[in-house]
Amino acid sequence: MPAPSTTKPARPDFRFSPRVDQVGIEERAKRIQTRSIKNESKAQGLKMVLSMMDLTTLEGQDTPGKVRQLCHKALHVHDELPGLPTVAAVCVYPSMVAVARAALGESEINVASVATAFPSGQSALEIKLADTKMAVDAGADEIDMVISRGKMLSGEYDYVFDEIAAIKEVCGKARLKVILETGELDTYDTVRRASDIAMHAGADFIKTSTGKIQPAATLPVTLVMLQAIRDFHRATGRMVGMKPAGGISTSKLALHYLMLVKETLGEDWLDKHGFRFGASSLANDVLMQLMKQQTGFYQSADYFSIS
Amino acid sequence: MLKTYKLYIGGAFVRTESGRYLKLKNAKGDVIANVCHASRKDLRNAVTAAGKALPGWSGKSAFNRSQILYRMAEMLEQRGPLLVDEMVLMGLTKTAARREVNLCIDRTVYFAGWCDKYSQIFSSVNPVASPHFNFTVPEPMGVIAVVAGKDTPLLGLLSNLLPVLAGGNTAVVLAPEAYPLSSVFLSEIVNDSDVPGGVVNLLTGLHQELLPHLAGHMGIHGLIVDDCSQETAASLREQCAENLKRLFLRDSDWTDPESQHPYLILDTQELKTTWHPIEVISGMGSGY
Repeated sequence: MPAPSTTKPARPDFRFSPRVDQVGIEERAKRIQTRSIKNESKAQGLKMVLSMMDLTTLEGQDTPGKVRQLCHKALHVHDELPGLPTVAAVCVYPSMVAVARAALGESEINVASVATAFPSGQSALEIKLADTKMAVDAGADEIDMVISRGKMLSGEYDYVFDEIAAIKEVCGKARLKVILETGELDTYDTVRRASDIAMHAGADFIKTSTGKIQPAATLPVTLVMLQAIRDFHRATGRMVGMKPAGGISTSKLALHYLMLVKETLGEDWLDKHGFRFGASSLANDVLMQLMKQQTGFYQSADYFSIS
Repeated sequence: MLKTYKLYIGGAFVRTESGRYLKLKNAKGDVIANVCHASRKDLRNAVTAAGKALPGWSGKSAFNRSQILYRMAEMLEQRGPLLVDEMVLMGLTKTAARREVNLCIDRTVYFAGWCDKYSQIFSSVNPVASPHFNFTVPEPMGVIAVVAGKDTPLLGLLSNLLPVLAGGNTAVVLAPEAYPLSSVFLSEIVNDSDVPGGVVNLLTGLHQELLPHLAGHMGIHGLIVDDCSQETAASLREQCAENLKRLFLRDSDWTDPESQHPYLILDTQELKTTWHPIEVISGMGSGY
């Protein structure tokens, strides 16, 4: 497990972030989806997907009861199938962190909290810092922050950088995931630039989306971010994790993401410290596929817990 | 160039994901069309689509379902001559084909009429020995698989499918092996008559290959198989017992008017009983 970054790196000129070959990226992502996956690798891959999952509930209607139910699901993914890994984390709003922390008890499952005026990020820095501090104080192990997309799009890269660095400081021991909200960044070039900014400012993970904006995570946009991580690792030696979130609801798609990670970054990233899935309905699909492999019968969501 | 008949899944006409096709021959042995040879994955996709369409279809008012099925009958009538041609292509005589199409139209009108009537007939208010108003109503069973018999191109299929739809269920249909063309023709009619996508999903392929997957799929709540052999029936019973799936083995002469009745709708309904507490009038000295 790589330690959270501590040193303040030099700040490059982000106007010169590498440009992205749109056609190349999209073709490569499409090619990955035509691969077939053999049954044995599939079973192994699906378990890996489970172990990398951040079970998420981020809704206005969240209640302590609902969060406790989600935590129970995280602890007992599907008791009918023995030998399953637990998920990596449960992702909630700051107000629910204490509830989740209590419900997860001594387990290894982390509590992740969104912060910084999620999902829009349209607020003052002081409020974002206070928001983050509230989540950390309540016991969050991971903070998912959003960047200021408006500032990013209007070219105020220093503002975005400073903001991430300031939040990173407040995080303390908590690992920082930086949400770029790629659905609002318009071009792959901007996504690449935002990835570079986030990593240089101290992100431990970069994450595609809040899940509130369409399009959320896509294979091409993930590939762009993975390449940014690869280049950053080559330049600085620091491993930054990747988290696509939103819109990944089928096992097959999840497995394609894993292939993309393996072929872009290598096996070092293939665990919960290097890669995460932010999803709410993916878990059940993975479980249904695993049950299908074990029983030989196609499954129905009727027989699985509510996602 | 021969026409390739597509599958109908989730309101879209798609090729089989397997890339397999069957060559359909007429009585003389000439190849007359390419037909999709559906795989278990096509079947899985069809069940997923049917499951998604279920809340919408079962939530429609009975009267609206009736209107939609009636629209299907109108479309069948309009396109009747084309359907006759298709059946002739598959080897029926013109007279037999005309008779079949007319029976199909009549059957569709018949079940369209039953949509908003069966619930009154099959519901009941039950006498109970406690202060409850106790009543029973039929509710759609869910996703129903319909495997058409081999004797008729369309009538058998429709006679088994229509009661399923009338009762608010969604369906995955396996076309008769010998007569796939008229089934695909039917899906075009379904598609054009306000039936929401996914309510009817139609597959063409080999029954022996797909039947075990139909019986084993946990997302299918009921299975109707028309006209199958003793051995197939026995193994289906076994497989459906495994997951408590309702199985209906049918063997009617669908040209017989006696073969159409509302009990076919009741087969794919679940009866839901409600115990509604009421005040004990005598004990409470209530005003009513």
